[in-house]
Amino acid sequence: MDAANYLYLAALLFTIGAVGVVVRRNAIVVFMCIELMLNAANLAFVTFSRINGDLNGQVVAFFTMVVAACEVVVGLAIIVTIYRSRRSASVDDASLLKR
Amino acid sequence: MVDLALAVGQTQTPEAVMFWILAPLTVAAALGMLLVKKAVHSAILMASVMINLAFFYIAQDALFLGIVQIVVYTGAVMMLFLFILMLVGVDSSDSLTETITGLRPIAITAAVGFGGLMVSLLGRATLGRGAVGLESANSNGNVKGLAKLLFSTYVWPFEVVSALLITAALGAMVLAHHQRIQTRPTQRQLSTQRFRGKSLANAAGLPGPGVFARHNAVDVPALLPDGTPAQNSINATLEARGDMLNSGVFELGKVDTSAGEEK
Repeated sequence: MDAANYLYLAALLFTIGAVGVVVRRNAIVVFMCIELMLNAANLAFVTFSRINGDLNGQVVAFFTMVVAACEVVVGLAIIVTIYRSRRSASVDDASLLKR
Repeated sequence: MVDLALAVGQTQTPEAVMFWILAPLTVAAALGMLLVKKAVHSAILMASVMINLAFFYIAQDALFLGIVQIVVYTGAVMMLFLFILMLVGVDSSDSLTETITGLRPIAITAAVGFGGLMVSLLGRATLGRGAVGLESANSNGNVKGLAKLLFSTYVWPFEVVSALLITAALGAMVLAHHQRIQTRPTQRQLSTQRFRGKSLANAAGLPGPGVFARHNAVDVPALLPDGTPAQNSINATLEARGDMLNSGVFELGKVDTSAGEEK
């Protein structure tokens, strides 16, 4: 099996995540889709590391994981804060600047 | 399991079998994440995607990342997601109506275009050689190889990332901090309020929920002696969520008390 198959899978997962970010309205689901995109990028990094035969790609994937963890912590705190004031986790309801 | 995973990474056919079993499952779970209505179901599907990805990492000689994927993502991150879901309300299902007209067809068209572009690019790109594999890079063990890079070439990004982690933790604490507008009432004040208030109706405590032992769950208000439901016997949260049953259906006259029903 060609290692490039993993890259196709990563591209597919990234696309699915991107659609999720655009289509879904629940902020938590949108967040999970962002996580999916980050994970797809990680899979591509790991695969490229294997194709090129050095570990740099894996180190970058490791850094991505740390950044993703930070992003989840802050993002979920923001969602909770918004939920506390607006009683809703929908991204459409936070439209105060529009009016 | 680790031995098995390493063996899978080194031989070609078992890896292909694993890939062709797990990859469709992963894509199906990711698609399901988009399509299911409830956020909790999305979270479960997300967890399964992440576990599958961990298998892929381990199959590709990234043992450390595979374990970290399970510990950090399926362990910590999904845990956090579920925790926030519980906080926000488990049954907060998405309204699947389009708020922006034509968003969904546009999104799907764009996604098909983008995905097609990526896949065709990958299909056309040629490296001029096959995959090198990580046998030589991992000769001292994957963890040792990563540690060597992390603490030599990447030591500065590593330190920056640690600063980022601390900042994120502080930021989350600041965001989640909730300042009280009034001071918390003391027990003395509460007691005074209870007995010197407008009425003594609730001086002995609020009534408990449930009716006639027919339905003593917390979602049915208790009946007062005159047959009216006692609204304050229900938790305010249940009332706000609309999870309250009508106590009328449990009124004595409407309940079938014939002996046959007991069986």
